[in-house]
Amino acid sequence: MFRKVRALAISPKRDLPELFFYSLTAVASFTVIIFIIGIIAVLLKESSLAIGKFGLVDFLFSTAWNPVTGMFGAATAIYGTFVTTVLALIFAIPTAIGIAIFVTEIAPNFLKGPIGIAIELLAAIPSIIYGMWGLFTLAPIMSKYVEPALQGSIGKLPFVGILFKGTPMGIDLLTASIILAIMIIPFTASIARDSFNLTPSVVKESAYAIGATKWEVVKNVVLPYSKLGVFGGIALSLGRALGETMAVAFVLGNNHKIATSLLDAASAITVSLANEFTEADSDLYLSSLYYLALVLFVMSFMILAISKFFLLKAERKYPR
Amino acid sequence: MTIEQKRKIEGYIALTMSGLAAAVGLFWLVYILADVLIHGLGALHISLFFNDPAPAGVEGGGLRNAFVGQLMITLAATLIGVPVGVLGGTFLAEYARGKKLARVISVVSDIMVSVPSIVVGAFVYAILVRPLHHFSGWAGAIALSIIMIPVVLRTTEDMLSLVPWTLREAAFALGAPYYKVIIQIVYRGAATGILTGILLSIARVAGETAPLLFTSFNNNFFSTDMDRPLASLTVTIFQYAMGPYKSWHSQAWGAALVITLFILTLTIAGRLILKWRYKR
Repeated sequence: MFRKVRALAISPKRDLPELFFYSLTAVASFTVIIFIIGIIAVLLKESSLAIGKFGLVDFLFSTAWNPVTGMFGAATAIYGTFVTTVLALIFAIPTAIGIAIFVTEIAPNFLKGPIGIAIELLAAIPSIIYGMWGLFTLAPIMSKYVEPALQGSIGKLPFVGILFKGTPMGIDLLTASIILAIMIIPFTASIARDSFNLTPSVVKESAYAIGATKWEVVKNVVLPYSKLGVFGGIALSLGRALGETMAVAFVLGNNHKIATSLLDAASAITVSLANEFTEADSDLYLSSLYYLALVLFVMSFMILAISKFFLLKAERKYPR
Repeated sequence: MTIEQKRKIEGYIALTMSGLAAAVGLFWLVYILADVLIHGLGALHISLFFNDPAPAGVEGGGLRNAFVGQLMITLAATLIGVPVGVLGGTFLAEYARGKKLARVISVVSDIMVSVPSIVVGAFVYAILVRPLHHFSGWAGAIALSIIMIPVVLRTTEDMLSLVPWTLREAAFALGAPYYKVIIQIVYRGAATGILTGILLSIARVAGETAPLLFTSFNNNFFSTDMDRPLASLTVTIFQYAMGPYKSWHSQAWGAALVITLFILTLTIAGRLILKWRYKR
């Protein structure tokens, strides 16, 4: 019905103010497309020097990073990004889903609002505050208490112990992952909570009616229903975590090597960019940094697209 | 143990764990905020706001240049980002409603919301800093607006879609052209929501550091020239926190407290307004 009325109403060619407003808004909405295409184009152009010199596979797998000899490779940065992100997800996802379960199923009604606001506050804190807090508060605690304790306990085990070798300085992969985890808990928790709320209460009530416990309803009804939404939320948090710079820059160190121990400083793509961009003294150096940025952009774009796919599918399947 | 007992115990364990998870989440929030509060309060003197930076180790330095610079850059970004975002969202929700193009732009916009902000900074560096051979406050503002536009666009689109179609039909029935319907009727109906979206986008952008790192760079001196490097609170916090001086660290905590309070106030205000307006 509204299509007919809309077709009658919108004839931008009819009069000038209409055409003007139409074009104005159209151009404004197109800026988003222009930005994304512009970013890809500029990244490609700026990294063309490095792409020409190193190629694709060699760059991705080379652990070299030597501004003096002009040999650059992305492997160390990708490794650091990968490890911190995966670890952060391992810490964050169970916590976030637990929070979502708590808020939707267990909390009494008067608590739901305040806890929801608290989660959003956690999401609103700028990442540089997380980074600073991590540097001044968390890193000392990690190096004085937590990491020696870990070294003393799990560090003594045969295989897993390799992960905990080295001097516990607090500036390492483990601390960075913990801070990253705290940062992504709110995103995952609020998307998970929204997905859980989409489960029709009829289905939950029927489960209760045949005698299921609260946990069984969550496990067997709510969780399967919101699978898509939760996956989308996890992918979104993964995308965010990949691009996180300031929270990690303070506590990761900037050590371009593949660290086998979680207690070693390492490097991540975002951290390398932040620390070395203004110091890059040769064209090849800057171009390699842009190459890193291109790799990061492609990775996060793909993951965010996947997350959007899941979230859209979830919405379509179970509309509000 | 009977099956009923086993199920009950399993339930209690699982639900206690999720309660613990919520406690852990809340714990971090309280801990971080308390830390910022405690350390920051100690650094809040009048001199923090009204003095310019002093040489390291000399007492009485402040961050006036950073506060002013941050305000200028954020204001410029808002003036660029908000109109473009609102108009863009209007297009998606009105003229292009239901069309595939709107879907595409909407999805791309959502992706741009979460794009790594340091990549945006590198992009603006290549197009605005290198060709002109100097950092500038404008480059920083444009980098921030690139982050802001998708956020405002999406919230505007969502808020406008909430206005019932029948409202527009009534205006059409009176003979109003579409642009008048949008400006005078639909915007009024969605005003609170759009304003809240703007507030939240300002809160998001005010705390960004990475895009400013190589666009507006930083400036140790007081300056109001948007055409040259401009001090910003966030980059100053980065610089001071990583530096070796105790006085720098305490100033960084003070600045962190101010920024956090500002952003949290905006966020809470935004959420409360949304709740009050849309949950009645």
